[in-house]
Amino acid sequence: MSSKTRDLSDGTGGAASKRPLLEVRDLVKHFKVGAGIVHAVDGVSFSIMKGETLGLVGESGCGKSTTGRALIRLIDATSGSVTYQDRDILALSKPEMTSMRKEMQIIFQDPFSSIDPRKTVGDTIGKPLYIHRVGTKREREDRVDHLMELVGLSARLYNKYPHELDGGRRQRVGIARALALSPSFIVCDEPVSALDVSIQAQILNLLEELQNTMKLTYLFVSHDLSVIKHLSNRVAVMYLGKIVELSPTLSLFKNTLHPYAQALLSAVPVAKLRRTRERIILTGGVPSPIHPPSGCRFHTRCHHKTPVCSEREPQLLDAGEGHFVACHLVHKV
Amino acid sequence: MAALLSVNDLCVKYKTFEGIVHAVNGISFDIPERGTLGLVGESGAGKTTTALSLMRLIPAPPGIVERGKISFGGRDIHALSEAEMKKIRGNQISMIFQDPMTSLNPVLTVGLQISEAIVAHQNTSEREALKRTQEMLEKVQIPSARHKEYPHEFSGGMRQRVGIAMALACNPRLIIADEPTTALDVTIQAQVIELMRNLRQEFSTAMMLITHDLGVVGEVCDRVAVMYAGEIVEEGSLEQIFEDARHPYTTGLFKCIPDIEEDSSQIQPIMGLMPDPFDLPSGCCFHPRCPSCMEVCRVERPAFLRENGRTVQCHLYAKGGVTQ
Repeated sequence: MSSKTRDLSDGTGGAASKRPLLEVRDLVKHFKVGAGIVHAVDGVSFSIMKGETLGLVGESGCGKSTTGRALIRLIDATSGSVTYQDRDILALSKPEMTSMRKEMQIIFQDPFSSIDPRKTVGDTIGKPLYIHRVGTKREREDRVDHLMELVGLSARLYNKYPHELDGGRRQRVGIARALALSPSFIVCDEPVSALDVSIQAQILNLLEELQNTMKLTYLFVSHDLSVIKHLSNRVAVMYLGKIVELSPTLSLFKNTLHPYAQALLSAVPVAKLRRTRERIILTGGVPSPIHPPSGCRFHTRCHHKTPVCSEREPQLLDAGEGHFVACHLVHKV
Repeated sequence: MAALLSVNDLCVKYKTFEGIVHAVNGISFDIPERGTLGLVGESGAGKTTTALSLMRLIPAPPGIVERGKISFGGRDIHALSEAEMKKIRGNQISMIFQDPMTSLNPVLTVGLQISEAIVAHQNTSEREALKRTQEMLEKVQIPSARHKEYPHEFSGGMRQRVGIAMALACNPRLIIADEPTTALDVTIQAQVIELMRNLRQEFSTAMMLITHDLGVVGEVCDRVAVMYAGEIVEEGSLEQIFEDARHPYTTGLFKCIPDIEEDSSQIQPIMGLMPDPFDLPSGCCFHPRCPSCMEVCRVERPAFLRENGRTVQCHLYAKGGVTQ
């Protein structure tokens, strides 16, 4: 099944110049815990085109961060494949992966815990250059100066320590570090979730600017739908380790097909007096990923469930114009 | 109509080794019976300090309530003895906290924690308190049989509902909810907001909702106060603030949020950073970040301008409004 889809996408990709930069097929990540196996990511497939932003959205525990981390092998996937420019990332040896990391970087959520408190700003940003032995010491320092300017950090902060910076500046340090090796692909793992709204807007604009000037490709992981909508070209909605809907951003927000995605979108509080979307309140919480429900994983909370939903798992299929959805209701035969 | 809660010129500071933090600088607001006020602001704006001072829970030292009057139900909070204050706290004014993980005691059953408040404040037997506890659990849509369970056996959303049950158990006149849904996922947040709205009506309780999320305010509140660097820069009805905001900070905040309902959204960040609370700017506290900053803004703190039931603290409107 997986090889067939790959052939297909290779065929179309070759014809158009729209070749994906990164292709994920049937990615699975299970964690063994005392109580059993956590099905964190359970067969996720998607591709990311060069220069685009793919938003990955879902609630806590849906597997969005695990997916992001498995792509760049910060954690090792249980099975599946990740193809980056014709190379299978998951099959690379350790030194090969290390050099591949020049291409793929990550920006973390919490700027307080993702930066070494004992290193200065300059050292933190320059560390990737040092690890990959880029240039002389002098050249590296110049590069750090340039990076700091790029992300809007004043040069006088070079010798400061993280505790002397506020959250917004710390996140800029994290961004500068991710950019140090001029990667083409960056996983942004909730990069603005820990920030206040006025600072959040600054960082979002910075990420957009950088994408335009440096031709970056982003996987943007977030729980915040308004941020996802603002930044992404396409959006994938995850629920309990599966992608339930994957579509160009506007189409997803205008014509939401999956009942979970509909409920998720309707639940977002809007800072407006009159909301256009009717609110759908889901009952109960997310089931345990140790014992995910049979069939469609959302059927336990779905308002539209039919008998087939608990029996057969829906496939993620195209409902027209690249709008993919995994729901028996949409793909009625 | 006399307000249920009335705060007048409240000033709170914290004396620390590094200097004096001016957390709250002369704020005034009222909450009528059954009213809901949203207190909005970013971290460090003084929202939580305001809430704690209403309950007289500012830790001293380092906290000092420098001046200001808080009256609740016509009584001056600062003039009450500690014993009288205890009768108000948790009974007439109760609080819902942000983090349902840490605000519950992990080694006591939730039933015990809810009934503890009832036994302490209402003159009831433990058996009656248990009955009331079970009623409250049902009200927040938790099966009453689960009163024997411990916090870790509940999900985050359920724990927050336990917190709501606890806050409502003594039928308070005012609930202070400090970021009650911030730690929750959106679909669970929607459930909790719906529940809070319904119960507030059923119990006819007034509420002060502290949040950084303007969307949540829009769902719950009928009045909004926007805080910045320890001051309420603007206060008005939900319509006034959402449709016709005056203060550059308020309008700036709205421009920072990507619009989920529009096809394409522009965001315009507020430049610069929150001021250092040890060293607040002269004049208007927002002037270093304000796009419409004038000469007078740097030197003179703007007066409160009141008109049509709204207040704004900004020099831009000095001529248009009626200076008090």
